[in-house]
Amino acid sequence: MSSDLQDQDYTEEVEHGEELWNPGHRACAGCGPALAMKYITEAAGENTIISQPTGCMEVVSTPYPESSWGTSYIHNIFENAASVASGIEAAYKSFDRRDPDHLDVEKEDDVNIIAVGGDGATADIGIRALSGMMERGHDVTYIMYDNEAYMNTGVQRSSQTPLGASTTTSPAGEVSIGNDTNKKDMASIAADHGVGYVATASISNPNDFKQKVEEALSRDGPKFLHVYSPCPVGWSYESSKTVELAELAVETGLFPVFEMEDGEITSVNKIRDRKPVREWLETQGRFKHLFKDEKGEQAIEELQEWIDDRAEDLGLDA
Amino acid sequence: MAKAEQEPNPSGEQEVMKGTSAVAKGVMAADPDVISAYPITPQTGVVEKLSELVADGELDSEFIKVDSEFNAASTCIGASAAGARAFSATSSQGLKLMSEPLFTAAGMRLPIVMAVANRSLSAPLSIWADHTDAFAERDGGMLQFHAEDVQEAIDHVLMGFRVAEQVNLPVLSNFDGFILTHVQEPADIPSEEEVNEFLPPRDPAFTLDPSDPKTMGAYARPEHWTEARYEIQAAMMESKEVWAETVEEFKEVFGRDYTEYNGMIDTYHGDADYRLVALGSMCGTIRGVIDQYREQGVDVGLVRPRVHRPFPTEEIRKALGDAEAVGVLTKEMSPGYESALAGEIKGTLYHAENQPPIKSFVIGMAGRDITAAEIGAMIEETMEASGPMTFDEQESWPQLREELLQTGGDQ
Amino acid sequence: MSQSEDPYEDLKITTGAVVEPNTSRVNKTGSWRQFKPVIDAETCIACGQCDTFCPDQAAKPVEGEDFYAFDLDYCKGCGICEEVCPVDAIDMIREVK
Repeated sequence: MSSDLQDQDYTEEVEHGEELWNPGHRACAGCGPALAMKYITEAAGENTIISQPTGCMEVVSTPYPESSWGTSYIHNIFENAASVASGIEAAYKSFDRRDPDHLDVEKEDDVNIIAVGGDGATADIGIRALSGMMERGHDVTYIMYDNEAYMNTGVQRSSQTPLGASTTTSPAGEVSIGNDTNKKDMASIAADHGVGYVATASISNPNDFKQKVEEALSRDGPKFLHVYSPCPVGWSYESSKTVELAELAVETGLFPVFEMEDGEITSVNKIRDRKPVREWLETQGRFKHLFKDEKGEQAIEELQEWIDDRAEDLGLDA
Repeated sequence: MAKAEQEPNPSGEQEVMKGTSAVAKGVMAADPDVISAYPITPQTGVVEKLSELVADGELDSEFIKVDSEFNAASTCIGASAAGARAFSATSSQGLKLMSEPLFTAAGMRLPIVMAVANRSLSAPLSIWADHTDAFAERDGGMLQFHAEDVQEAIDHVLMGFRVAEQVNLPVLSNFDGFILTHVQEPADIPSEEEVNEFLPPRDPAFTLDPSDPKTMGAYARPEHWTEARYEIQAAMMESKEVWAETVEEFKEVFGRDYTEYNGMIDTYHGDADYRLVALGSMCGTIRGVIDQYREQGVDVGLVRPRVHRPFPTEEIRKALGDAEAVGVLTKEMSPGYESALAGEIKGTLYHAENQPPIKSFVIGMAGRDITAAEIGAMIEETMEASGPMTFDEQESWPQLREELLQTGGDQ
Repeated sequence: MSQSEDPYEDLKITTGAVVEPNTSRVNKTGSWRQFKPVIDAETCIACGQCDTFCPDQAAKPVEGEDFYAFDLDYCKGCGICEEVCPVDAIDMIREVK
């Protein structure tokens, strides 16, 4: 029986279908952001140009001469995915208006121009370009995949690293609880720029995320999506738990799922019996130091308080 | 050839206007799809004029009022990758801020034209002209030209679009800040008709068009990177031939003749015993001093590189090899060593048949006026150059005001 | 299984090192695995959850059948499929190579 299972191999018989996010990419086993890439390409389809900054997804998907992308794709540098996308958008606006016949290839109408970057590239080093894109009103959808640190360079703290997380630049230690700041609120920042559609989503609910991507693409102007994408290596958990943890983060209110339109919250995934954040912290090695001493306990309480405050503001609890 | 020998060009409109406006009108004639604009003295007039032309419906480019020069370059990269003709203008700190993306534009083989109103780099802060900004970007894989006057500033931008789009590299078209940006000079503004004849619509090698998707900007492992970068070297070297064709074509269409030395170098009494080498607008003053000295029987001339990258190696060897002595005047410095231009000129001649004695002079930094008397003194010092020299003998800072120095001039 | 072009064959570095799409398939990440998923075809209800949650496009419907199985060329053995299968039709077993 077990040798039958060892031999089981349906590789030649499975049907792949159309895939714009190809296998063969070098993401770690169980990678949350890789799932996000899959959902984005499924929702957006082939009439799409992706602008991506340096980061995990770019590195795992484009080692010359291989590419996991089936869509049109450009990577330039770490901090300018939003402005590269803005330039692409301007070019297409110019083409639509001036119709240069010299481009032989057929241009599709209403190309989806999507910038897809990690939390570090988006909320930190890329925020200048992002702010400019949003404020000028470019017709670009920016999707931030959030694995809560600079993962590709080996787990350094970003503005999306949660309170208490141990990273290599915010390590837990004798006198440190790890990262000492809460996640910077990118959704509000986007809304305050006048972005007409802002949404958060988790890779644990692909249908919800894909619907939000489609919603964004159906609208004009800048759109901002924040998708929660756990990282087994960076967070120290067993790779099979990625989807479960992406769900648990939502269930604890650590990552609230909502939509904002024209600055107002228009939908919230309400939580019945919100789980205490402690349950979340217990699941990952990056938080294990919080259970060792008094200062760790204080950090847990502080984090819970932050979550509770936000839950109240958002009307998160059912 | 001497400036005086150029035929006045009857085509297009002759107008007296500010240098920045003239360049803007040249850009308008090239009809870019996308223009990214960010202000910085002394280039601001270029983007202001362009925005005026857009606001009045004379120019229908997409005009992106970006948040920084970094994103001026980045939006141009996105636009160029999408197949558009893209333009921006900057100076000094702005060019420095663009450095990271501009270097990648060369590696990704994206044509972009950047007009650079040369200005010194901080610190201390200075808004006045010198070449430190252009030289700091030397090794990026961008083509670089230097204009002597407003006409050349316009013409180099036009020729720059053509070459950039043929060799798929970014172009920095340099012209001295304030000296050429803020003067009013008569210039021929090319007509749309002429430009259409000279500059075909862009035919990109690859684009981001979804109906033929490509992945751009992959990372390269050690086994591939060298060859990918060698491509830039090859393209740069190839661009010399393209530039030579371009200046010929330019002469046909516009009547202005930049064909001397295949468009790489402009000379004035270039076969003189003593030759000065300099870039950009100071050459206007130098010509006047040369005339004075020649009247007194001194055989002195000027060798002015028009193109700095790709470097005019063969042309410099021809133009300087048989000189009695050479004086290099430059508006930049490379701390810890001699000026970059001097190093390049000397390096070019090292393996040539003849190595004339060469002295170099760092002058005109941050817009300090270069007087006829100062140029005369440099000519005379050049005439005395011979034999082995110490570091202090091979390069000097003639305008250095030692009375201002705490150390009294000692290093 | 879909065709994949091998970008390493007769490789010539293109202008700007531009890469053709869909070329990562040549990289068979299945070699990374220590555990492999096996399907109990009888129990499988073909809900597609394993496919939905596989980051590597390695859980797919079997042609002409009513169950899902795995593309072992790419499966990295992360085990997500076993976790998300609502009917426990998938087991991760240590692979003996």
